[in-house]
Amino acid sequence: MHLALFIIFAGLCVAGALNLLLQRHPINSALSLIVVMSSLAVLYLLLGAEFLAAAQVIVYSGAIMVLFTFVIMLLNAGKEVRTHGSKLAYIAGFPGAAALLGLLTYIFLSQKSSFGSARLGEYLATTSDLSRVLFRDLLLPFEVTSILILIAILGAVALARKEH
Amino acid sequence: MVPIAYYLVLSAILFSIGVAAFLIKRNIITIFMSIELMLNAVNLAFIAFSRQWSQTTGQLQVNGQIFVFFVMVVAAAEAAVGLAIVIAVFRARSTLNVDSIDLMKL
Repeated sequence: MHLALFIIFAGLCVAGALNLLLQRHPINSALSLIVVMSSLAVLYLLLGAEFLAAAQVIVYSGAIMVLFTFVIMLLNAGKEVRTHGSKLAYIAGFPGAAALLGLLTYIFLSQKSSFGSARLGEYLATTSDLSRVLFRDLLLPFEVTSILILIAILGAVALARKEH
Repeated sequence: MVPIAYYLVLSAILFSIGVAAFLIKRNIITIFMSIELMLNAVNLAFIAFSRQWSQTTGQLQVNGQIFVFFVMVVAAAEAAVGLAIVIAVFRARSTLNVDSIDLMKL
């Protein structure tokens, strides 16, 4: 059951990410990124992180991607054109990314037995478990991030405002 | 039962696709989206390692999930500011192609 769900949603993730890479139109890339983020939420749930699965859907595939699609439609972004700069990126980018993937995969698979395996339904981190740490041990960082969000909102408004 | 290494390999695959998309995409919004993809891949690795740490110690450890929570907050702030910058750039140069935005090139 766990393995079947993992394979289905991991496949969806990889397919969505590849679609993001291959599509030329930004709106198609944005929609495939929503697929990736939603299936990642299911994977978080399989790993027992139920609060983060909900937060992933609400914050990432909800708020952030709505912002992205909104900006794409606002700026009326068309198909991207291939230019000179991308040739070098093709030559250096794909082998570099493939080398990174190969290295990481080799390291993870060679340590496979020491990582152990996840069983469905064990070590479920509920919201209260998470908030106990967040509001007791990490209260100051939590408050600092709220100030960060406030500054980000002000910065976004100041940057996007029309200049006179 | 799924080995945690599989989750980490999936995270490596997503991260590499994000790196490749970041390098070959020419549209500034798509480049920004591939950064989000990389952030998501790292979040998956954090949660997988958090689960592995719980299993190693035998009791629930949520430190890795707290990391993901903070990454999400910072990503939300970054998306808001970044898209505002994209709008400002588009207003100034009326293009989204990163090759045409080369004011700081020598």
